[in-house]
Amino acid sequence: MNSVILVSIVMTLVAAATPILLAALGELVVEKSGVLNLGVEGMMLCGAVAGFAVAYGTGSTGLGLAAAALAGIATAMVFAVLTLSLTANQVATGLALTIFGIGASSLIGAGFVGRTIERLGPVFPEALAGHPWLRVVFGHDVMVYLSLALVLAVSLFLRRTRPGLILRAVGENDQSAHAIGYPVIGIRYAAIAFGGALAGLGGAYFSLALTPMWADRLTAGRGWIALALVVFAAWRPGRLLLGAYLFGAVMTLELQAKAAGIAWLAPEVLAMAPYLATIVVLTMMSLRRGAGRLDAPACLGKAFTAS
Amino acid sequence: MSPPRLALSRISKSFPGVKANEDVSLSVRAGEIHALLGENGAGKSTLVKIIYGVQQADEGSIAWDGEPVAIASPKAARRLGIGMVFQHFSLFDAMTVIENIALGLDEAVDREGLKRQVAAILESYSLPLDPEREVHTLSVGERQRVEIVRCLLQKPRLLIMDEPTSVLMPQEVERLFQTLRQIASQGCSILYISHKLHEIKTLCEAATILRGGRVVASCDPRLESTTHMAELMIGAELRRVERRPAQSAGAVRLEVDGLSLPGDPPFGTDLAAISFEARAGEILGIAGVAGNGQSELLTALSGERPVTRDGAILLDGRPIGGLGAGARRSLGLACVPEERNGHAAVPDFTLAENSVLTARHRVPLAPLGFISAGDVARFTDAVIKRFDVRTTGPSAPARALSGGNLQKFIMGREIGQEPGVLVVSQPSWGVDAGAAASIRQELVDLAAKGSAVVVISQDLDELLELADRLCVLNEGRLSPPRPVASLGIDEIGLMMGGVHGEAPPAGAGNHA
Repeated sequence: MNSVILVSIVMTLVAAATPILLAALGELVVEKSGVLNLGVEGMMLCGAVAGFAVAYGTGSTGLGLAAAALAGIATAMVFAVLTLSLTANQVATGLALTIFGIGASSLIGAGFVGRTIERLGPVFPEALAGHPWLRVVFGHDVMVYLSLALVLAVSLFLRRTRPGLILRAVGENDQSAHAIGYPVIGIRYAAIAFGGALAGLGGAYFSLALTPMWADRLTAGRGWIALALVVFAAWRPGRLLLGAYLFGAVMTLELQAKAAGIAWLAPEVLAMAPYLATIVVLTMMSLRRGAGRLDAPACLGKAFTAS
Repeated sequence: MSPPRLALSRISKSFPGVKANEDVSLSVRAGEIHALLGENGAGKSTLVKIIYGVQQADEGSIAWDGEPVAIASPKAARRLGIGMVFQHFSLFDAMTVIENIALGLDEAVDREGLKRQVAAILESYSLPLDPEREVHTLSVGERQRVEIVRCLLQKPRLLIMDEPTSVLMPQEVERLFQTLRQIASQGCSILYISHKLHEIKTLCEAATILRGGRVVASCDPRLESTTHMAELMIGAELRRVERRPAQSAGAVRLEVDGLSLPGDPPFGTDLAAISFEARAGEILGIAGVAGNGQSELLTALSGERPVTRDGAILLDGRPIGGLGAGARRSLGLACVPEERNGHAAVPDFTLAENSVLTARHRVPLAPLGFISAGDVARFTDAVIKRFDVRTTGPSAPARALSGGNLQKFIMGREIGQEPGVLVVSQPSWGVDAGAAASIRQELVDLAAKGSAVVVISQDLDELLELADRLCVLNEGRLSPPRPVASLGIDEIGLMMGGVHGEAPPAGAGNHA
């Protein structure tokens, strides 16, 4: 009995964590290149609505995911052109992008409200995916495995590869990178596009996997959680994974607690728990490392102009 | 006769409001060590940026081995075989030495192979450097070594060195010169930018002197006097530092008594029972190679790092160990750290705002906490005029000034407060001959008025010119001061280098 509950808790927490993990991982790469894109929530919503619309029209969730990634990239490119080519302020542009994304997804999604599609299903055959406890490992959909593979890939990319080194260099000291001869603007465009694609996929996870039904503002502020996670995870993919799953876990426990009807805790306090727990744990981890060490990319959020 | 390795003809480059280079021609032969001389703002940096492809000339042409070339980017320059060691290091603070070196290469090299190559270069040039350390933990001198190694890895055919010796100690300079001569003897040309004229005399075979963006002279520095070259450079007669006649030492103004302090984590040097005193009217020099506790000593004296024992530092007999930087300034102890942008000045603040930050304690710039714009402008303007700071005015942001000009401003801001004790680190690093002379003169004059001046420097010539007494800071320990008059330069060099011990082998950090 207990193990059944445990399995279902794990399944729920993974599902809750995956969209945040995807969006945050994209934003981590963007921030490592020295760009602060606060428009994650907007890009997620654009991805969510595009993914839903295409999946609804074609009946294919695969095409829906592709459309979501492309929509995320398209939205991100608006941000990139404004901030990189026209050197607009990144904070203001990012906030505007979120507001734009909320509006655009509402407009496009107006005709889809309440409609349903087929949910993104598990990858592995029913024998594994439906197994009472093996489904903890094999019962997830493709985006869960993709997000986990991407954590490893991004981590290796940043730490072990030359393009990753160059990307970090651009975020660390854009003027020096330019002086040595690296195309700062081009690298940042690529990073922003990657961030847009992952935010789009993260958004589509809501509309294609979590609640295969369109509703306005489907992502419910998870883009902001993703942004915060990047900072609290000190720009490390491994900790990002930990943070996202921790957030998912506490959120699942909160639902369980509500379902169990714990009366002595106000529901508002329970609702706060995922946020508090994530912040407290990740902050304590940052504190334990050597004091005074700065983790943030040194050029984060600064406009670059060649001198 | 073969064509020159590099020939510039009639290069001009303008920026809004400034003609940085006008009609500049020069040529560097294969294997020649060619000096590019000029004051701050003479157009050396712009010219070098054009050669290295960072900027494009408005007019004129470049020929490489006799062939006309367009150098569109630093990458194109490196493909031709041009390497450059920047004055303002193009390093990435949060990355390790080896990562920084890898970033300077145009194609990927496997990590182990690169480590072996770097270790070989470090060893053959006897440069102590741990490839696994993060750059922000390195001293200025060590950072420069990263730049030099990064360049040498590319086996360049023309090496541009922008003021490479300004932070090296004499033995290291000599070793660098041997290296440069060795590189040149193998056919690589070297374009050597410096304002240390005696170095140019010993090292270079040809010199081009720039002033106001134009070539004012080309000469063989081995045959010219340093005074003549300096005068060509500044277009006027050189001011010598005028020492006041030897006077009896005054009262003790600053006393440091058994100051011990753990080093800045994670690689700082512990200060071990430092004791010295600086008297009114004297200049005390503290020599030593960067990374031996200089920054720790400066932050302890300035009040940036608290000292647990109040009596470890006494200002005019008053214990001030527990006081912060502002309180110490009010009492008359001013400090100028080595790093100008970010430590001595806020780069994005205007000069006027930077004045307020330190001078308000001794000059009424912000009575009752409100900044008095008029007084600030007057004070800043006075500093700019008195120290000949080349800038558009008090409202220019600090980062817009060249290193030398910003240093003149910072020195002026502190000296203008007439502190009882002034502690300054590397007062003339990266500053040209004319400006360095005027900064030194101001230090001498300040001492003559009854202040005590403590100069922490790696530049022995500077210390010998300025200091009355000299001691050496080495691995956090301070040698007893000795009167400069009784010391020879070799003796001090031995004090610095000999005591310092052998450098760790270059490959020592080469594990994993």
